[in-house]
Amino acid sequence: MVTKPLTKNIDMSRPPLDIAGYEANEGYQSLNAIAKGLSPEDVLQLVKDSGLKGRGGAGFPTGLKWSFVPSGDNSPKQKYLVVNADEMEPGTFKDRLLMEGDPHLLLEGMLIAAYTIQASKAYIFLRGEYTVSEQALKKAIKEAYKKGYLGKNILGTDFDLDIIMHTSAGRYICGEETALLNALEGKRANPRAKPPFPQVSGLWGKPTIVNNVETICNLPGILTYGVDWYHGLAKGNDHGTKLFGVSGKVKTPGCWELPLGLPIRELIENYAGGMQDGLELRGFLPGGGSTDFMLPGHLDITLDYDEIAKAGSRLATGTMIILDDKTCPVGMVGNLMKFYAHESCGFCTPCRDGLPWVDQIFRDFENGLGSEKDLQILHDHVTYLGPGRTFCALAPGATAPLGSGLKYFKEDFEKHITEKRCSYKH
Amino acid sequence: MSQQVIASTATKARKLSAEEIAEIEHEMTLYPDKKAVGLEALKIVQKNQGWVSDESLFGIAEYLDIPVADLEGVATFFNLVYREPVGKNVILFCDSVSCWIMGCESIKGHIKQQLDIDYGQTSEDGDFTLIPVPCLGDCDRAPVMMVGPDMHRNLTPEKIDSIISDYKNKQD
Amino acid sequence: MAKIVIDGVEYEVNPDNNLLQECLSQGLDLPYFCWHPSMGSVGACRQCAVTQYRDEDDKEGMLVMACMTPATDGAIISLEDKQAKSFRSDVIESLMISHPHDCPVCEEGGECHLQDMTQMSGHNYRRYDKKKRTHRNQYLGPFINHEMNRCITCYRCVRYYDDYAGGTDLSAQASHHHVYFGRHEEGVLESEFSGNLVEVCPTGVFTDKAFSGQYSRKWDLQTAPSVCVGCSVGCNTAPGERYGTLRRIVNRYNSEVNGYFLCDRGRFGFDYVNSRKRLLEPVKRVDNTGELLADDEIKAVIKEFSREGTIGIGSPRASNESNFALKTMVGDENFFAGYSDSEHESMAAILTLASDKTFHSPSVREIEEADAVLILGEDVTNVAPRIALALRQSVRNKAMDLASESRIPQWQDAAVRELAQHERSPLSILSPAVSRLDDIAADRVIESLPALVAMGHQIANKISGSAPAATSAEHDAAAEKIAAQLKGAKRPLIVAGSSNGSDLVKAAANIARALHEDGEKAAIDLCLLVPEVNSIGMGLMAAEENSLGVALDKLSSSAAKRVIVLENDLYRRASKSQVDSALDKAEKVLVLDQVTTTTTAKADVVLPVTAFSEHEATYINYEGRAQLSFQVHQCQKMAQPAWRWISDAAHIDDVIERCCSEAPGFAKLRDVLPGGNPFIAGMKVPRQSHRYSGRTAMIANVNVHEPKQMEDKESIMSFSMEGISAQKDPSIMASPWAPKWTSNQSISKFQDEVNGELKQGHVGSLLFEKTDSGAYFDVPAATVQPSGKQLHLALSYQIFGSDELSARAEPIRERMTDAYVGICPEDAERRGLAQGDVATITPTGAPVVVCIRTGVKPGTALLYCGDANISPAEFTGFLEIEKSAARATSRGIANLIVSDFQEEEI
Ligand SMILES: Cc1cc2nc3c(=O)[nH]c(=O)nc-3n(C[C@H](O)[C@H](O)[C@H](O)COP(=O)(O)O)c2cc1C
Ligand code: SF4
Ligand code: FES
Repeated sequence: MVTKPLTKNIDMSRPPLDIAGYEANEGYQSLNAIAKGLSPEDVLQLVKDSGLKGRGGAGFPTGLKWSFVPSGDNSPKQKYLVVNADEMEPGTFKDRLLMEGDPHLLLEGMLIAAYTIQASKAYIFLRGEYTVSEQALKKAIKEAYKKGYLGKNILGTDFDLDIIMHTSAGRYICGEETALLNALEGKRANPRAKPPFPQVSGLWGKPTIVNNVETICNLPGILTYGVDWYHGLAKGNDHGTKLFGVSGKVKTPGCWELPLGLPIRELIENYAGGMQDGLELRGFLPGGGSTDFMLPGHLDITLDYDEIAKAGSRLATGTMIILDDKTCPVGMVGNLMKFYAHESCGFCTPCRDGLPWVDQIFRDFENGLGSEKDLQILHDHVTYLGPGRTFCALAPGATAPLGSGLKYFKEDFEKHITEKRCSYKH
Repeated sequence: MSQQVIASTATKARKLSAEEIAEIEHEMTLYPDKKAVGLEALKIVQKNQGWVSDESLFGIAEYLDIPVADLEGVATFFNLVYREPVGKNVILFCDSVSCWIMGCESIKGHIKQQLDIDYGQTSEDGDFTLIPVPCLGDCDRAPVMMVGPDMHRNLTPEKIDSIISDYKNKQD
Repeated sequence: MAKIVIDGVEYEVNPDNNLLQECLSQGLDLPYFCWHPSMGSVGACRQCAVTQYRDEDDKEGMLVMACMTPATDGAIISLEDKQAKSFRSDVIESLMISHPHDCPVCEEGGECHLQDMTQMSGHNYRRYDKKKRTHRNQYLGPFINHEMNRCITCYRCVRYYDDYAGGTDLSAQASHHHVYFGRHEEGVLESEFSGNLVEVCPTGVFTDKAFSGQYSRKWDLQTAPSVCVGCSVGCNTAPGERYGTLRRIVNRYNSEVNGYFLCDRGRFGFDYVNSRKRLLEPVKRVDNTGELLADDEIKAVIKEFSREGTIGIGSPRASNESNFALKTMVGDENFFAGYSDSEHESMAAILTLASDKTFHSPSVREIEEADAVLILGEDVTNVAPRIALALRQSVRNKAMDLASESRIPQWQDAAVRELAQHERSPLSILSPAVSRLDDIAADRVIESLPALVAMGHQIANKISGSAPAATSAEHDAAAEKIAAQLKGAKRPLIVAGSSNGSDLVKAAANIARALHEDGEKAAIDLCLLVPEVNSIGMGLMAAEENSLGVALDKLSSSAAKRVIVLENDLYRRASKSQVDSALDKAEKVLVLDQVTTTTTAKADVVLPVTAFSEHEATYINYEGRAQLSFQVHQCQKMAQPAWRWISDAAHIDDVIERCCSEAPGFAKLRDVLPGGNPFIAGMKVPRQSHRYSGRTAMIANVNVHEPKQMEDKESIMSFSMEGISAQKDPSIMASPWAPKWTSNQSISKFQDEVNGELKQGHVGSLLFEKTDSGAYFDVPAATVQPSGKQLHLALSYQIFGSDELSARAEPIRERMTDAYVGICPEDAERRGLAQGDVATITPTGAPVVVCIRTGVKPGTALLYCGDANISPAEFTGFLEIEKSAARATSRGIANLIVSDFQEEEI
């Protein structure tokens, strides 16, 4: 039985499988079912039943998202599928692995998604810096066209699909799905207001689905091996496997495909090899830079969307950033704030003008210039930039490590003020 | 219908090369709207010219018949569109959180010292431009950076020295 | 209607609107920046946050942006809730982080939306103590200053300039807190509507450059409701005066006419009023020099001109009162029209159509409602600019329909634009050259004028077979398509005008008549443009047979001995030889005008006339709307309204009253007057604000005693700060000002609802009675074809230059070109002409600059006459152009902004 559907073909010591190799390992099997008459509605139902949740960060049920796309004769003819391959979340390194390691898996997943929503055009919105992924995907796309998996009348059905690679020109906000659409349209990548949601009016005003690379890569398995198999993969309440990564000062940082529902401790201690010698675990961001800190006391919580939410954080991208006891938490949060301030698109006030202030305060802390007043301002910004207040989720993302950092590492902030320096620096 | 592209720009526009035009025309087939091709054209021109000069900006606006002000708005929005000349090799130096934890500050200090440049600057010999970049998605092998299209991982000062000399040698 | 609860009080609201709009409509104070009443919502600034509750049991509530939330039935919100208030104060705090706090030296101060909102949002204590972000400014031309450090990044400027007004040279640049609003490089802002940036920007980034040079605070400006005299649209304005000079013009809201926006001619074209070249004293000519006239001499002159044998020539740029006074003085049969004979012919047709039930002359607001438009031969942007801006909105009706189908609220500005992409309601332009509206045109045909006439008739005939068919016409497919579009529309609109003769007007009328006949539609919108502020008023006044040509003939043939010329330079209206011979032959010439002209130079007596801001007057706009314009300030010297020189009426109301009863068509003119009683609660309405400063010291250099304030015996307004503020009666309100709202955004306090009429609405008075129902015009006989070197002539208007008075304003002069002919590259080559050459034009031999434009119909020459003395009336039908050895003057055509200017290769 396949237990690692996402990475079963991946071996980074060699180039990714070509189309023949991929097919030989049960690749593109899902297309046969479609050719044999599996309808878009059938696929939608399967995906709904699978319980797949988006792996881009928000964890929204994929089938439900797809079901908002208008169908039928009165719906707009042109619909689009867009793959979000912009991976720029600090500390997140999972989509790169999938694209560099097994590009055909993504293409197969895209075929399934496009077929379900009846999109004849799909864009891969790829981070510009991912040059290796670009080459791998380009090659795979060429092969798929040649094989008749892309283009007109795929496998003799009346389904057409073109896949177009778009390489981005760099900006974290492009990962936000509506900003991404603006970027694809060649505009400044400010996010759009929701509603209307992209499913109804997206790319060039047409119904559009945006999904994360990893989300899409889950689809071939679901179709090939079935929903029951998929449910059986996970340990907890969620379904399927997920890529989990650990970075920071652990012994063996890396990225692994593991069942959802695994205890965090197992990931950090078994897979990442535990902390480097002489270091203690101080805390960690469980799913990239936009998640709240968790503490060593949280290690027995399982890697489940809901479980982690209960602990006050988010599973999000599933890639952890480890804070050790010799690294300054104030500096770590400050580094993130600098990132968010710089990557704000500049559209809405709190984010555009609030984050640079926060950033500046952290710089002052770093240089021993922090004050109680500034600390209060940081606290104020946690509320001010929180969910529902800004135009998109970038700024609320920034408040996650900020708010939890202020809470969990209070004494470090205060020490910076009283000692007028960062005591982690020698 | 034609847009009313600003009259004064035509005289300052650089004529795009046949190669650039061919690539732009290809992009036209991939997007239903020429505004989308504006950003693509900026990237194409940058690939060929190293950066996007005012003349190139006007040239693209002219060729696509889109307002140059809009195109400038897009060009200045994105991190990877260079509106100033850059060196032969652009170093995209990751200074996001995982790399920071893994000590990228001191690596940056080393580069700064070796090439005598800070962020946004180009070395005197025109070989390198140093630009910070958000998380490069290789955090398990931090600290990392890119030089041109290539990733360099698990950086140490020694590695930096050899990378710099490799690129210098490559050019000679 | 829906019911919503705001802070415990129930309100009836329109569920199609958003909460911000509804809060403002209810008179509540809710701060905002990025929202603008005419531009919808984008949710950028986050200033309008309110707390919304799920239901009555929900005590927590959650923050929503009022501008982005529909006012759905049953909604429960709070403006006063603590979290909403504290968030709003956080927002303003961040907006002010890098703001320079330079209010004392900022032109926006005192009428600054940012100041208002800062106070309203409760940010009084500054916590930010880091470095401010700073920007560089750009040179943006003669109209607009740029001070980017004051920017609060509300995105209104680009949303207005690009999305609303169709400009292409202003954009948002860079990102995060470095976002910058400017051009791609320094240079003149090209949009004809750039001046509105001054009012759209909620702070002092874009300010009025002409005003900066002679700046005064809003409260120190003496202001009264006025009407723009720049063209026939009659936009409502609020000019401001201080120390005897007119300082600036800003928009005055009128829901039917200009709404929130003016064009740049109207805003920047006034400073001739302050010019030293103004006529300010009565003079008689003695041996070619002027000599002051004494009072009794003036009386004698008037007496002499009251005698038999005097004819009067009226003026399309003078008020109804002055034209009427002249007509009364010389007698109906001796009152002649003051525009060219060609225009006269067009006007005759236009006035006939005005009383035809088949047609409706749409207001500017109604133009925005059109869902299919045909422009036949008129260059709307240059002739009636504000209407071009309205047409830009009309093509968005398609987008609005699509939005409704997709259940996206129409105020969701970005979403509606995204959904609609390039879908627009059809606008077709048929003209001799490309125009500034081409970017929104679905179809455009470039043809010679005779061919356009033929095509117009062809379209009419395709709509209804009973319209006469054009004899020969190309473009059958285009005509077919346009006919179908107009037929299929709910509210089609035909736009034409008098710029190039009556044939186009008639063809346009036939199209509208055909549409009327075709369906069960109510009267068809037919918008017929005329060039000047009172073309219609004067046209109504003059008998149809009394054209200028006839008047000049009478003088040349000595059938008339004397002539009174009212506010008119006849050399712009008829050929030089015609005017010369008439004026030379006349025994005596009396000219009343504001400025010196070639005609005043020929006068025996010149009487100085007040400018628009110095007198109360009424004008009739293109649609037949009479509007009242109040006096703003006194003329410092001896100029008087023309009617005062030539009639013995004591009071303007008397003139208006007589005009109503005696002049056919003017019966409803009295409706524009603000009621019978010139007092509100026994007091007048002050022209000066209650904070007007320096009154006691203003003339201390002349006299240390504070003079008695001048009395205004004529109007409801006073030249002082005493009285009852006009704010209670929006119909006589110059600039809105309400508690907590000092900026123009306070207008919402005076509208019955956002974008609605002013409370106690005062929108002028429509004069035309619809009584007749006429017949189709015949198709004109085929015209003679040009021979040899001849080109078809098309007269071309320029927003900056074609209007005689604004062309004397300094900022406008900086944007003007010399007289030019626009021809296509082939026609230029055939004549050996290069871009910018000087050529002479036959028949007059006058020099013009050659402007080679790729979008001009081959075989056609556009002629723009400039402000020098090339009279358009010299030319009819055809033009010959020949290269001349002369060189262009410094101005040349460098300032011309057209999309088809042929650049020379470098
Ligand atoms: C600021 C910001 C950045 C984001 N970046 C990414 C990204 O790089 N990749 C991604 O897949 N999703 C990203 N997201 C989430 C997307 O908006 C979106 O939820 C996701 O692509 C949907 O795909 P899924 O349903 O498959 O998870 C980002 C969201 C925000 C607010
Ligand atoms: S929170 Fe606002 S400014 Fe920040 S990225 Fe989102 S839309 Fe842009
Ligand atoms: S006015 Fe509502 S967000 Fe700006």
